[in-house]
Amino acid sequence: MSSPESSEYKGTEAAPHGEARPTEWPLWEIFIRGQHGLSHRHVGSLHAADAEMAIKNARDVYTRRNEGVSIWAVEASAIAASSPEEKGALYEPANDKVYRHPTFYDIPDEVGAM
Amino acid sequence: MYAQMIKSTGKGIKSLDEMDPDERAFQERIDAGGKIEPKDWMPDGYRKNLIRQIGQHAHSEIVGQLPEGNWITRAPTLERKAILLAKVQDEAGHGLYLYCAAETLGVTRDQMTRDLLSGKMKYSSIFNYPTLTWADMGAVGWLVDGAAIMNQVPLQRTSYGPYARAMVRICKEESFHQRQGFDIMMKMANGTPAQRKMAQDALNRFWFPALMMFGPSDKDSVHSAQSMAWKIKMNTNDELRQKFVDETVPQAEYLGLTIPDETLKFNEETGHYDFAEPDWEEFFQVLKGNGPCNTERLAARNKAWDEGRWVREGLLAHAEKKRSRQMAAE
Amino acid sequence: MSGTDPKFEFLCRMGDNALVLGHRVSEWCGVAPVLEEDIALANVALDLIGQTQLWLGLAGEVEGAGRDADKLAFHRDVWDFRNVLLVEQPNGDFGQTMMRQFLFDAWHLAQLTALIDSTDKEIAAIAEKSAKEVTYHLERSSDTVIGLGDGTEESHRRMQAALDLLWPYVGEMFIGDDVDAAMAEAGIAPDPASMRKSYDQLVGDTLAAATLTKPEDDFAHRGGKTGARHSEHLGHMLTQMQWLQRAYPDATW
Repeated sequence: MSSPESSEYKGTEAAPHGEARPTEWPLWEIFIRGQHGLSHRHVGSLHAADAEMAIKNARDVYTRRNEGVSIWAVEASAIAASSPEEKGALYEPANDKVYRHPTFYDIPDEVGAM
Repeated sequence: MYAQMIKSTGKGIKSLDEMDPDERAFQERIDAGGKIEPKDWMPDGYRKNLIRQIGQHAHSEIVGQLPEGNWITRAPTLERKAILLAKVQDEAGHGLYLYCAAETLGVTRDQMTRDLLSGKMKYSSIFNYPTLTWADMGAVGWLVDGAAIMNQVPLQRTSYGPYARAMVRICKEESFHQRQGFDIMMKMANGTPAQRKMAQDALNRFWFPALMMFGPSDKDSVHSAQSMAWKIKMNTNDELRQKFVDETVPQAEYLGLTIPDETLKFNEETGHYDFAEPDWEEFFQVLKGNGPCNTERLAARNKAWDEGRWVREGLLAHAEKKRSRQMAAE
Repeated sequence: MSGTDPKFEFLCRMGDNALVLGHRVSEWCGVAPVLEEDIALANVALDLIGQTQLWLGLAGEVEGAGRDADKLAFHRDVWDFRNVLLVEQPNGDFGQTMMRQFLFDAWHLAQLTALIDSTDKEIAAIAEKSAKEVTYHLERSSDTVIGLGDGTEESHRRMQAALDLLWPYVGEMFIGDDVDAAMAEAGIAPDPASMRKSYDQLVGDTLAAATLTKPEDDFAHRGGKTGARHSEHLGHMLTQMQWLQRAYPDATW
């Protein structure tokens, strides 16, 4: 059976998704609400030293600095999530800190790609 | 394309009957077009294969910044400079999305970076070729991005959710990359005699390396059956390479440039172009490290990484100081 | 310089600052310390290239000799460039790059903000657009100066070294000449010296937060914005930036 914890990068190298080793910048999930949007949508992730930097980086990476855009940054390891599917024998008990990626590509047009 | 030198599990692929219940359900979901998500059960080979392929795809974007970045400071107009810079910036962004997709599989970006820098992980062979003239910016956009798009569009349907979604985002942003390259070629092909010569020279040097991007011929590529069954690989190498040639030859004709393959001919029976295979010996030399720019590319990445260490550490230290101060103030 | 339209001179000063600094920043593309920073620096460079097109484009119009932004950017020699010495300094390490950026951004934003009220409507329009971009540049560069100044012992040392190296190039931005006097009198642009006090305030606050020490000596190198004496760096930069255009003068790209 394979899981993130049993991948070949285990131990000192890898970490459960989103947790950084001491010298690494943590991973942040980015949510953006466009100028006319109704709610924040997940657009992707990036690395930053802290939340403030994560928001600034998000402006550069995910909005190309459009005005009137609201950005949320959440440390990936802080996200509590459910398992995507329950399938009897296949179902793994959800961890508290398990991360689940929502769709990347539901970006409101107002955010603007390149 | 990014799976150059990835060996699959090596054993033949199992039939559904031969599989354990876990693996059967997994395979059936893939066969039905469903997505595998980060916390789903997956065979170890699937996870390993994906980490390598997505990681090498990401590395290719990052290393791919270098041959084009080479010409940003020498761009001929302010507009071309901005366009090229925006394109290269996009490559960085694409690398970022792909690293993030790979990170859902239990590896960190830093770990993958270290494997790139040590030579343990690879990047697409094409980026080991030099960019020698401004026309190369045209050829790279037209041929290299063209080949990449051919590979990326089907990958939007790959089985692993985060990878598929990263590809959708990338394909959206890719729209101007090939076009700006072709635009450069058009300008040069219709320009001064020196520019025409430059354009033809660029095509001469990039044609076969672009064909190599699709990987060895199917008959020499024994390990892709499992990747295809898992929908990590969506088309065979030869399929994509043929499609690329069929689309590109008319474009070259439009430019009035000559593809450096005397055997190139439209085959009425098959409805496709017959063309010469690249020199596979050259391809394997490049993979081994003997391409024109392997040493320089990796040296540049190592230098950037090493010289950036104090910056990454400094900003992290500052973030920690800020956090401690905030906590102390509460 | 005598006999040249002061407005043309002024516009070249604004445009050349953006051109030279944008070029310098773009040199980091592909080799920045971290991916997110690579993308951010490219944004800054793209903004500056856009501003170059606006300023030099207007300069060409004002001159009325048929030169457009590209002609001005790629076919003038060193003595005709009007950027301040600060922006032509080499990138050095990342700390030097960001210190140069910060010291310039602080002046640049103040200048653009003042220009929004210019009696010249075209200049005001360019300034308004550019000020939005440069607000962000300054936010980023000051954050980075603070982050690295008050980071590790090594990052602090490097930022202090960068500050010591670049401080002598700050003063030039506030030294006025006949061109500046003409612009101020026409209500087109502010008097450079009038901006020094608030600049020192802002810079002082940031450097304090960065735990960095401002050099005592206020000596200012000059000769960039007047074109009287650029540094050796600019000539080398132009051999990169202008080579293709000069090697193939009859080509369009």
